[in-house]
Amino acid sequence: MAIEIVQVVGFGLIATFLIVIVREQKPVIALAIALVAGGMIFLFIMAPLQSAIELISTLSGQAGINNMYIQTLLKIIGIAYLAEFGAHLARDADQESIAAKIELAGKMLIIMLAVPIFQVLVETVMALLPGGA
Amino acid sequence: MAYDVNTIFQIAGIGIIVAMIHTVLKQMGKEDWAHWVTLIGFVVVLYMVASIIDELFQKIKSVFLFQG
Repeated sequence: MAIEIVQVVGFGLIATFLIVIVREQKPVIALAIALVAGGMIFLFIMAPLQSAIELISTLSGQAGINNMYIQTLLKIIGIAYLAEFGAHLARDADQESIAAKIELAGKMLIIMLAVPIFQVLVETVMALLPGGA
Repeated sequence: MAYDVNTIFQIAGIGIIVAMIHTVLKQMGKEDWAHWVTLIGFVVVLYMVASIIDELFQKIKSVFLFQG
């Protein structure tokens, strides 16, 4: 497992080198290389991550935690990663405003996902209060 | 991972070759041809990028967003 970091770093260095070479002539193709390199590194670490997430899911099921919470958490992580990926790419292409909008949309969607959990929290607190509900 | 590195090299190679052809055609005075070559090279690269990004998004969906 530890040897994989060498592969990832080597891959990243090769991609960086190629981007620097190509950017002189064709900036668009350099951006395409950056996009593909980012996607491939994430695909590469996805296989170990998937087993780890399955483990978390199994453990939370054994601990009796409601499955909805874990699923919401994973969705939030996924949205955060995707928004970051898109925002970094837009920033690489010197489109700062698009990057800011992507990040804003990511934050909004995360808030939307967190609303049901917050609702449950508020209901629990209200039930604990003596005069409430 | 070997396949992945090949794709990166392919894209970079397309970029360099397209830039070369563009320069040669420009020197020959065929500006419009040079622009077509650039456009076609870009479309080919975009197709490769799109397939990789599609794979990435499907993977993220299956792991994070809609598991089970």
